[in-house]
Amino acid sequence: MTSLPELTIDVTPTFVISTALATRDFQDVHHDRDKAVQRGSKDIFLNILTTTGLVQRFVTDWAGSDAFVRKVSIKLGVPCYAGETLTFSGQVTARDGAEATVRVVGRNSLGDHVTGTVEVVLP
Amino acid sequence: MREAGECRPRIARDPVNEPMINNWTEALGDTNPAYPAVAPPAMVQVWTMRGLHPEPDEDPLGRMSEVLDAAGYTSVVATNCEQTYHRLLKPGERLAVTSRLEDVVGPKQTALGEGWFVTTRSTWRVGDEPVAEMMFRILKFKPKPAVTASVAPMVSRDTEFFWAGTRIGELRIQKCSACGALRHPPGPMCPRCNALDPTHIVSSGLGEVYSYVVHHHPQVPGKRTPFVVALVELEEGVRMLGELLDVEPEQVKIGLPVRVRFVSSGEFTLPAWEVR
Repeated sequence: MTSLPELTIDVTPTFVISTALATRDFQDVHHDRDKAVQRGSKDIFLNILTTTGLVQRFVTDWAGSDAFVRKVSIKLGVPCYAGETLTFSGQVTARDGAEATVRVVGRNSLGDHVTGTVEVVLP
Repeated sequence: MREAGECRPRIARDPVNEPMINNWTEALGDTNPAYPAVAPPAMVQVWTMRGLHPEPDEDPLGRMSEVLDAAGYTSVVATNCEQTYHRLLKPGERLAVTSRLEDVVGPKQTALGEGWFVTTRSTWRVGDEPVAEMMFRILKFKPKPAVTASVAPMVSRDTEFFWAGTRIGELRIQKCSACGALRHPPGPMCPRCNALDPTHIVSSGLGEVYSYVVHHHPQVPGKRTPFVVALVELEEGVRMLGELLDVEPEQVKIGLPVRVRFVSSGEFTLPAWEVR
């Protein structure tokens, strides 16, 4: 089974905030630590649009710029707070001609932040 | 609400454009050279995000959230997202999104509290052409009662070195200066040689579960039940009690390798365990 090269993301506060804004997500829990703590979180945390984008990026980093990502299905697990290191790993679980299914896991110190599959058409 | 079907389209503020693509790729660290001539597929939702000062609209997720908020299910966490992309989008194309409520399932007992799973399905179109779809599922739940302050440990002349240690991230074990015996919990006199001259060493913090209990009842201030209390045999040979964190009770076994983790609780730092 083909394994993808791991991707490690240093989830700094700048990363959490800049990705939230780049995805037009202005919810306070993604940029305001005090509000995030008031709402029961440990710190600001990654938004879902970023997690989806990172899963896509992880696969296209491997598949190349001519690959077409057709589907990203993710299940969200533990939050990814500022200060975490997020490590993506993945395997090709099915291959039919140019079409591949990749199983992706993104882990941090709390456990699985995201698990999912990506369907990609390879060049 | 489900029978109402799709809501009216919400039109993207901006057409697909290079500056927003560049901001996205820069923030996410995506160096794919295909961008910004085309947009990253996972950006599809970005184009129709409602922004910093959203106008109220008839989005079914928002309306369902109001209903559940009113019933006390005020907290929200996203659980699943599935996006399907039919083709790549190019700068200049303007998207519109419609959503419909697909399912509301509950009430279910979850680790977070009692809640309802709300599933919506959205379709993005350019003109009449569907270009992407998304299934999005959230859990709207009643948060469990807030965790109050824990019971503070008692500190005596015999134990203050221990709590001074946890404050700076050291797990200290009392040691007899006369015969070198280690002992825990700390006390004034060495049980082996009766000397009254204790000192301490710093433990590696590594050990194995020697025994454990799963606490279900009664409620303990500052704790959510059930929780696991483990008696850990440290590498140095003494046994120490502490909560075993981030573990399902069924996963705990005698001999499970653990390491210390320091947890802040009011003015104290408590030692606890985590699986290693």
